[in-house]
Amino acid sequence: MSKDGILTGEFFMMGDVACAEGAISAGCRFFAGYPITPATEIAERMAARMPQVGGTYIQMEDELASMITVLGASWGGVKAMTATSGPGFSLMMENLGLGIMTETPCVLVNVQRGGPSTGLPTLVAQGDMMQARWGSHGSYEIIALVPSSPQELFNLTIRAFNLAEKYRTPVLIMTDAEVGHMTEKVVIPPPEEIEIVSRRRPTVPPDEYLPYEAGDDLVPPMANAGEGYRFHITGLTHDERGYPGMDAETQERLIYRLIEKIRRNRDDIIQLEEHGLEDAEVVVCSYGIAARTALWPVELARKEGIKVGTLRLITVWPFPEERIRRLAREVKAFVVPELNYGQIVLEVERCAAGQAEAILVRHAGGGIHNPRKVLEAIRRAAR
Amino acid sequence: MSDKQVVNLKPDRNPMDELLREDRLPHIWCSGCGIGVALTCFIKALQKSGLDLDKVAVVSGIGCTGRVAGYVKLDSFHTTHGRAIPFATGLKLANPELKVVVFSGDGDLIAIGGNHLIHAARRNVDMTIICVNNFNYGMTGGQAGPTTPAGAITSTSVYGCFEHPFNIPYLAAASGAVYVARWTALHVRRLEKSILEALHKSGFSFVEVISPCPTLYGRWNKQRTGLAQMQYYHDKGVIRHGLDPKEVDIGLHGEIVEGVFVDIEKPTFLDFCSAALAKNAETGGS
Amino acid sequence: MKYWRKPLDIEQLEIPRGRIRILKERCKGCSFCVEYCPRHVLEISDEFNAKGYHPPRVKDEEACVNCGLCEMLCPEFAIYLNGREETP
Repeated sequence: MSKDGILTGEFFMMGDVACAEGAISAGCRFFAGYPITPATEIAERMAARMPQVGGTYIQMEDELASMITVLGASWGGVKAMTATSGPGFSLMMENLGLGIMTETPCVLVNVQRGGPSTGLPTLVAQGDMMQARWGSHGSYEIIALVPSSPQELFNLTIRAFNLAEKYRTPVLIMTDAEVGHMTEKVVIPPPEEIEIVSRRRPTVPPDEYLPYEAGDDLVPPMANAGEGYRFHITGLTHDERGYPGMDAETQERLIYRLIEKIRRNRDDIIQLEEHGLEDAEVVVCSYGIAARTALWPVELARKEGIKVGTLRLITVWPFPEERIRRLAREVKAFVVPELNYGQIVLEVERCAAGQAEAILVRHAGGGIHNPRKVLEAIRRAAR
Repeated sequence: MSDKQVVNLKPDRNPMDELLREDRLPHIWCSGCGIGVALTCFIKALQKSGLDLDKVAVVSGIGCTGRVAGYVKLDSFHTTHGRAIPFATGLKLANPELKVVVFSGDGDLIAIGGNHLIHAARRNVDMTIICVNNFNYGMTGGQAGPTTPAGAITSTSVYGCFEHPFNIPYLAAASGAVYVARWTALHVRRLEKSILEALHKSGFSFVEVISPCPTLYGRWNKQRTGLAQMQYYHDKGVIRHGLDPKEVDIGLHGEIVEGVFVDIEKPTFLDFCSAALAKNAETGGS
Repeated sequence: MKYWRKPLDIEQLEIPRGRIRILKERCKGCSFCVEYCPRHVLEISDEFNAKGYHPPRVKDEEACVNCGLCEMLCPEFAIYLNGREETP
């Protein structure tokens, strides 16, 4: 272990464990959580590792407390994270909203499982994707990253922390029970190869500091508690001073900035993986474990002569609207395999705006797609 | 005014203003409300405490008392309903140098926040809770809450409250708080002293402040002014230090037992953390 | 000053006299200060502040003993003591 706690080396590692190690590599020194299958391993790994790297692990009484404890730790100046699955994700929604409203950097990992309600605790699904976007009340934007392998889960956890600090927002990692529980090779690089971004600090003295005054990048510099800035933070609609402002004008100014700071930076935030799109007539658009399941059907379809390409969404929110719009003019159809009854396919259909079909390959969860069903959908799309 | 001279003169402003956001005064609390009194005692205790005020953080929830965070010139956090205590836990564990004070109301801390209260007390995280109890949910219009006495009239208990109230000191003590006290908004000197003790106490310390709510609870229960409720505290308040907290229930217009009921020593969450870290360092980690 | 029993060192004792400062615009007319001043120094005045409340006024300034109870009881941070008179 290097002095930053980074376990440089090559490992055969479970996704959940890779996630915890990714967080530590990114500088996370606080974890508050609650046991829930299939995310418990993240908590257990953090319980063992946090004291080793001078961090703190605390198991809270429920997920509501976990989420807001993470916000508190972030305001105490420490990079903080929590991890859960569907039922806990629902509980965290209110305080996720507080994190968005107060612009608190933090990371929330959802290892998705079969739902709704208690559902299938040990089996995979991808049914929380729309909830990731709209789960909390009010108007807001969110960043959600979706890995397809333990290695990518490691990498994206680091990226999630960097995005959270850069844009002063909670960032979601919407992984799933398959990626979380599968064991694969994970390479942890040496510290000098890991890029770490931290929150921008105030450059003015305390009596001139306004906690929510932002420059052109729309992200205000962040002071931590105990540094003498004596700021006031509230979940109420507030002005640049942080004081509650109960009128439409203050609301408009605040909501506009909260949303624009993410929307304006889509190019920086959105990551996609594309193959074979140059001459494609059909695009298989997928994310997470479903993207891996789709690889073999795509290969088979190509052998049959179907011009099919893949578009893997590494960033699901903000949704890559521009890319879908442009592709829709060139292709016949999108095939969207997802482990739910149609969530991201709705976004694809919306952005395709009738110029290309959007065909869902649905699956209620509890297992991965039957590759044959994906192949049939590709064939249907090509006709 | 004869042969006397004036001594001890300071700049002519309220000495508490250095800890208040004067640009937001007068505050929103009603005439005769006791939250301002609790806040006064808190500020005076802070000024006497010798603490580094840059390191004091105030966390509150939602409700009339929750607005306290907005009026203090300290790092302050107005969080979601009932969740001030876990937020404070996160703050304290991330930066143990902070002095974290949770200042919130009875509905916020005991109803929706009840679970967090008992667990934080159990863990003995080092923080001070000031719970202002006005026997109802004031901000939303005077609904019954977990401390509304049985038989009391509120907007959601128009036939008289059907439920037994919590005995807050008993709840806090049973959950493991190391310092538990109750005072009323009338007993200001003792309240200030108690807050000072709670601030200096290591571990989970809890001070309940019984406060008038003239606009709502008081008005509907035959105590129409703040003054009438203060008179009630005067007539029915008794001080019994060290009494077993299970004896301190408050019935409708009943006796209010005040005092410091619990003052014990126990290792805090961070004490355990540091001991484990030290041991881990000793054995060279694993 | 009426005493229940005269202190033996009463000749040496100096009773402090406080100087009361009232921030009239903050007052909400709750009357806590008037009611609980142990020396009955204050009374509710007839004037109005901007919010329509009657702030207190000092009725008997000689009687104030600088106890500070008004300052502590006021919920509005509207009354405080500044300075104390004593014989040099």
